[in-house]
Amino acid sequence: MSAPTIPSPRAPYKARRSGNFELNSWLFQRGSGLLLVVLVIGHLFVNLMVGRGIHAIDFAFVAGKWANPFWQVWDLAMLWLAELHGMNGLRTIINDYATRPHTRFLLKTLLYFSALVVIVLGTLVIFTFDPCADPSSTLSVCTK
Amino acid sequence: MASSPAGTLYRGREGMWTWVLHRITGVLVFFFLFAHVIDTSMVRVSPSAYNTAVNTYKNPVVGLMEVGLVAAVLFHALNGIRVVLVDFWEKGPRYQRQMTYGVAGLWVVLMVPFAIRHLSHVFGG
Repeated sequence: MSAPTIPSPRAPYKARRSGNFELNSWLFQRGSGLLLVVLVIGHLFVNLMVGRGIHAIDFAFVAGKWANPFWQVWDLAMLWLAELHGMNGLRTIINDYATRPHTRFLLKTLLYFSALVVIVLGTLVIFTFDPCADPSSTLSVCTK
Repeated sequence: MASSPAGTLYRGREGMWTWVLHRITGVLVFFFLFAHVIDTSMVRVSPSAYNTAVNTYKNPVVGLMEVGLVAAVLFHALNGIRVVLVDFWEKGPRYQRQMTYGVAGLWVVLMVPFAIRHLSHVFGG
């Protein structure tokens, strides 16, 4: 067994390396938040304010939007950013209020599992969507 | 009872209440997002399954809840911009209280036309 070493008195204090995860997630929260302001308010405006608003939303409405790559990219970006932003926010809230280790573990497991389900399901839906699933569709991509 | 110097406690004023509201609206919108991805995924089941799911949103009671949802989203968005300005703008911390009233004012300016338009869609058919 070797004797414990004592650092020299003038040696600078070295913090335990723990990475920059908290700083990065703090920065991500602000960056994704600013992007989401545009993505979500644009989404609300186009779906609820334009035309007949909520009454216009049905399968044909979604097919018309997702036949266009612009809205596919928009919705995909919104899905990932919103879910990760919300997951990170809830992670912070759990860290603040859940004090017992078991409760924290349980809540975070539920949180990460639900976030995974939402991101995987949402991404699959956007990429595998068939605008012509409705046989009476009048979209130009379906009548060719 | 221990006392502390006046004016140093981070509680009771604009800064704390916007922080509380930011958390509450954030959690609310996060839970809605979960439901919204599930209802939208019905487009992969069948057109009629999706139409059934989305018809729930056209119900007048749910229509009123949508005004609440948009109220939460808009507050969270506007106050989020305020948080970014407090963190990154050199004069942000000094003007955080004034920016709170800016958030409140802009929120009203956006909510009034939205509520009028959305509620006339919901109740006007």
